Amino acid sequence: MRKTFKGRPVVPGAVRGEAVVSRQGFNILASMQRDLMGKKAEVRCSDQNNPDAFGRALSGRVLCLPRTIGSTTGGMVLQAAAALGKAPAALLFSEPIDSLAAGGVILAKVWNGRDIVTVDGLGDEFLAAASNGCAVSVSPDGEVTVETA
Amino acid sequence: MYSPTMRLTDEERITLEGGRGDALRKAMESVARFGDVFGADRLVDLDHGVHLVTSFGIPLLGPVFDMMDELIAAGLRTPEPFTVDPRPCDFANVPVGPIEKLIFTKVMYAKQKDYEAQLREVGLKDGKAFTCACYFDEVGNVPKRGDTLAWAESSAVVYANSVLGARSNRNSGVLELMCGIVGKAPRFGFLTDEGREATWTVELRTTALPEAQLLGSAIGMKVVEDVPYIRGLDRYLGTELDDRAKDYLKDMGAASASNGAVGLYHVDGLTPEAKDLGESLVRAGAKVYVIDDAEIGRVKAGYPMMWKDADARPSRCFIGCPHLSRAQLYGWLDRLEASLKASGRKRVAVPTVLTTAPDVAEAFRSDARAAARLEATGAALSSICPLMYMNNPLCGKKPVITNSNKLRTYTKARYYTDADILAIVTGGRS
Repeated sequence: MRKTFKGRPVVPGAVRGEAVVSRQGFNILASMQRDLMGKKAEVRCSDQNNPDAFGRALSGRVLCLPRTIGSTTGGMVLQAAAALGKAPAALLFSEPIDSLAAGGVILAKVWNGRDIVTVDGLGDEFLAAASNGCAVSVSPDGEVTVETA
Repeated sequence: MYSPTMRLTDEERITLEGGRGDALRKAMESVARFGDVFGADRLVDLDHGVHLVTSFGIPLLGPVFDMMDELIAAGLRTPEPFTVDPRPCDFANVPVGPIEKLIFTKVMYAKQKDYEAQLREVGLKDGKAFTCACYFDEVGNVPKRGDTLAWAESSAVVYANSVLGARSNRNSGVLELMCGIVGKAPRFGFLTDEGREATWTVELRTTALPEAQLLGSAIGMKVVEDVPYIRGLDRYLGTELDDRAKDYLKDMGAASASNGAVGLYHVDGLTPEAKDLGESLVRAGAKVYVIDDAEIGRVKAGYPMMWKDADARPSRCFIGCPHLSRAQLYGWLDRLEASLKASGRKRVAVPTVLTTAPDVAEAFRSDARAAARLEATGAALSSICPLMYMNNPLCGKKPVITNSNKLRTYTKARYYTDADILAIVTGGRS
């Protein structure tokens, strides 16, 4: 089954990938610090307070979330992950994007030439439709299709 | 080339088009894109030095350090000197074991010296500019009412907006530096009159002044990122922003910013905009949150126990997140002495660290009598960031206690009220 949603493209682009879904605010620093510090080839979510995403691979995945939370260094961590090629391929927000995530995707784009495809304002139904492991595709106009079994 | 939605002046456009070099173009593009995302209509000049959130040279931020090198190579620095959050280590006053030290110096903050050198190159005020409470008079990064800022540290942003009446959004780390480099911030959110209107009213109906850290926690958890207008607090704090009121609001605001994401609050009859504009700051249809003794109790009881052994003896106590003011420092000294005397002890039973800004610590230490009194209690004075200290996995899993709701939120430190902290550290109660 396919469900389509429309949001605002913050960093436009086309991507298709496997979803990681955080149904609560996603703490960038707590989630990415461990594996970036450990120079792991792939970043897995290390935030034990986030049962939805904990332990799941984030690099190259489509991260579906309401918003990010936590330290205002989060944007820098996202930028660093993108520069190292270890960030999610896309960030899909059910809510309007927050300043931490916006800072991160903008810095990655401007200073490192790395696009993390970002769409916000997709709504609560989007987050309800997405589940870990399902395929999600994003088009440059902010249209997001969630494929469920 | 980026074509912004917001209106730019000719000068800003020249910068964005690369007319003043590529590094400044990137800084301008970062600021413009950030403003566009949030619907900014234009850029406005900063009236005051920025305050940076990132004070630590953590190697995972390598790409950020490369970006700093690019700014430095282009000769760019902020027009006004800036301050930055506290340093992550202070081995002289907060000693650690050899393995913990190795993790701090060789793994976690291995780039500390290099990063601090970069900060100096791009405009750091001086070697004492490391504090989360840059707005203390001793530190000197004190904006005036109405000043446009671009700060990032959440506790400093909420204080500047609410207590000083300055105007800053809650900026992402590095974005605040980009704003500082171009000397401008995008106009949206707290930089506009409408963005400063309250969408919540908080009715304080407690029988006594609540602990600042608990009231802030309750408000933050309820309103999250909205603006609350708080009624009833002036009953306890009065209508003048004296040291007591400012210190209370500092701690309350920090808790509301970390337990939620509050960037601005108004206190009826007390904070500058509430005094001038009163109820006109409250939007029609604002939601109402009543806080009484039971609600404060409910919030406190809801904090999760993060220690593996709830009965563990505390290994360290941090007092001062955000950093203590000079008045708070002297207040804690008096209370520690009195409580030690009452419990029949000469020195604290739990290694206790009072944290404050380097400039405040210097002023305190210059009072030789006060410094000697503090030393006699066994408590240490430091300008460390307790949060960064707790990020060391070996330190973070120890049973640390604190009176800070921010530290509780971001680490496994256990929160106690001021009175309980005092009883524990001076009487050995755990």
